[in-house]
Amino acid sequence: MSFNLGDFLLSLIKFTVFDYIRSIYPDSPGVEIVLDIVGVVVVSTFCLLIVIFLIWLERKVIARMQDRIGPNRVGGKYGLLQTVADVLKLLTKEEIIPTGADKFAYNLAPFLIVITALLMWAVMPFAPGVIGVDLNVGVFYILSISSVSVVCLLLAGWGSNNKYALLGAFRSVAQLVSYEVPMILSLIAPILLARTMSTQGIIAAQKVPYMLMIPLSAIIFFVSSLAETGRTPFDLLEAESEIVAGFHVEYTGMKFGMFFLAEFVSTLFMSGLFATIYLGGWNLPIISLLMELAGGAPLNLDAIAFGRVIGLVVYFAKTFAVYFVFIWIRGTWPRFRIDQMLNFNWKFMVPLTIALVFTVAILDKVIPVGTSDLVRAGIHLASNLIVGMITMEILRRNGRRQRLAAEAQAQANRPDVAAAD
Amino acid sequence: MTFEQLVFILISAVTLGTGLIVVTYKNLFHAALAMMASFLGVAALYVMLDVGFMAAAQLLVYIGAISILIIFAIMMTRRVMDTQESPFNSQPGLALFTAVISFALIVAVLVQFWPLAVDATRVFGSKPILPASVFQGSIPALGYAFVSAAGYVLPFEIASMLLLAALIGAVAIAWPTSEEEEA
Repeated sequence: MSFNLGDFLLSLIKFTVFDYIRSIYPDSPGVEIVLDIVGVVVVSTFCLLIVIFLIWLERKVIARMQDRIGPNRVGGKYGLLQTVADVLKLLTKEEIIPTGADKFAYNLAPFLIVITALLMWAVMPFAPGVIGVDLNVGVFYILSISSVSVVCLLLAGWGSNNKYALLGAFRSVAQLVSYEVPMILSLIAPILLARTMSTQGIIAAQKVPYMLMIPLSAIIFFVSSLAETGRTPFDLLEAESEIVAGFHVEYTGMKFGMFFLAEFVSTLFMSGLFATIYLGGWNLPIISLLMELAGGAPLNLDAIAFGRVIGLVVYFAKTFAVYFVFIWIRGTWPRFRIDQMLNFNWKFMVPLTIALVFTVAILDKVIPVGTSDLVRAGIHLASNLIVGMITMEILRRNGRRQRLAAEAQAQANRPDVAAAD
Repeated sequence: MTFEQLVFILISAVTLGTGLIVVTYKNLFHAALAMMASFLGVAALYVMLDVGFMAAAQLLVYIGAISILIIFAIMMTRRVMDTQESPFNSQPGLALFTAVISFALIVAVLVQFWPLAVDATRVFGSKPILPASVFQGSIPALGYAFVSAAGYVLPFEIASMLLLAALIGAVAIAWPTSEEEEA
C-alpha cells in the first residue's frame, strides 16, 4: 500500500490517521517514535489552547448567573477574544522575582505544575482508539501524577520568600492531601466493578453508566475533585475576595498565568475523568443496552465508519456538561471555612467512602455470576440508596442533638433565668 | 550498546547524582527536592522494567506522601530552612564500613539466591525474556499473590496489623489529654 493524499485526508477526518500511517509504513524504524511525539504535541497543544475558551466560557456563564452580561467588547458581540487579549497582557507584564526568593524553586514551580497537569492527559480516552497510552494502571497513574502537583505548591510557597505564600501553600497541601483520601477510596468502587484500572477498560465494562449504578461514589468523587482542583466551595486557598491569594501571591505575568492555566487544564481533566468513569466516556451505554435488549448486537462505535468522530463528540458533550456543573457550583455556592472543610472530609466523606467500598465489594461477591447487567445495576443502586439514607439519618440525629445541646446552653445562660435563681 | 542500556545509564546517573546531592547539600529544602528527583529516577527504572504498577506506587507513596511529609517536618522544625550546619558528622569510617558490608551482602544474595523466579537466569547474565502476558496480567497476579493462602497472605496481614497498630498509636499520641483541653 502506498501513500495516497485522499486516503490520508479521509483518515485525518475519521481520526484513524495513526492507524493509516502504521499500515502504510509497517515495521519502519522510528515511525512509532514520530507518531508518539506528534500525539504528545497535538494533545498538549489542544489542552493549552482550550483553556482560552474555558476562561471565556466561565466568565460568560458566571456573568449570566449573576445577571450581568460579561465580556462583550473585545472580539465582537460575545467578547470572544477577551481571553486572547488577557493572555497578551499577561505575556507583556514585567517579571518580578522577590528579594531573597529561592530562585530555583520559584522558577521551577509554575513549569512543573503545568507539566503535571498535562501528563495526566496521557491516559484520557477521547474516542475508541484515540488515547495516548492505554495503561493497565490508568486510574492509578492519574492519582499518582496528581499527587505530584502537591510538590509544586510547596515549591511555589517556599520559593517566594513570603510568609503569606508559605502559609497559603501549607493550607493548600493540607486540603489536597486530605481530599486525596476520599478520592482514591471512591474510585475503588468503579475499579472493583470494572475489574480493571485501564480507562478504556472501565468504559468497556460500563453496561450501565456507573453514575446510575453507584451514585454515591460518583458524588464523593465529584466533591473531592472540586477540592483537588481548588474550586468553589473549596477555593479558600485563594479566596481572592478575602485574603492575599495564597501560595502564588508573589508571581507576576505569565508565571502567575501558568498556575491558572494548570488549574483550568486539571479542572477540564477532572470533568473528562468523571465523564469517563461514571458516564460511560465516549460510549453510549444506555443506547447500547437498549439495542441489546431489542435483540441486536451492542453498539460498537469503532466498527462504524465515522464512529471515532461520534465518540469524540459524545465525549466532549459529556465532559462539558460536567464542566458546566463545576461553573454552576462556582456561581452559586459560598465558600467553606478551613475547619469546616477538614471536618467535612475526615468526619463525613472518609467514613462514608469506606462504608461504600465495603458495601460494593461484598455485594459484588454475593451477586451470583450470570446475573444480568440490569439486575446487577439495580441491586447496587438500591444498596447505594440505603447507605445514603442511613447516612442522612445519622446526620439528622447528630444535628438534632447538637441543636438541643445549644438550646439548653442558651436556656441556662439567659439572664432572667439566672436572676430567678 | 543498545538504546535501552543508554537510557538505563542516564536514569541511573540521575538517580545516583541526585542521591549524592541529598547527602551533601547544606540547604535542606534543596536536598529534599533532590531526594524527590532521586525517587523519580527509581520510578523511571520501574517503567523500564515494565512494572507500571510499581512505578505509579513509587510516585504516589514516595513523592506524593513521604517527601511531602519530610518537607513539612523540615519546615516545621527548623527556624530557618537555609541552615548553614554541615551535613557531615564525625563517623565517615563507620558509615563507609556499613555501606560496603550492606552492598556486599546485597550482591552476594543476588548472585547466590536469585534464580527464584521464572527461568533460572542468573543476575549479571543476560536479561530473561518473559512473555508479554506476564506483564499484561501482572496486577491481578499481584493481587492474588497478596491475598491467597498459597501466596503471601500471612506476611501481608502481619504488615497490615503493624500499620494498623502504628495508626492507632499515632492517634493515641495526638489525642488531647484532659489537662491540655482545660488549658
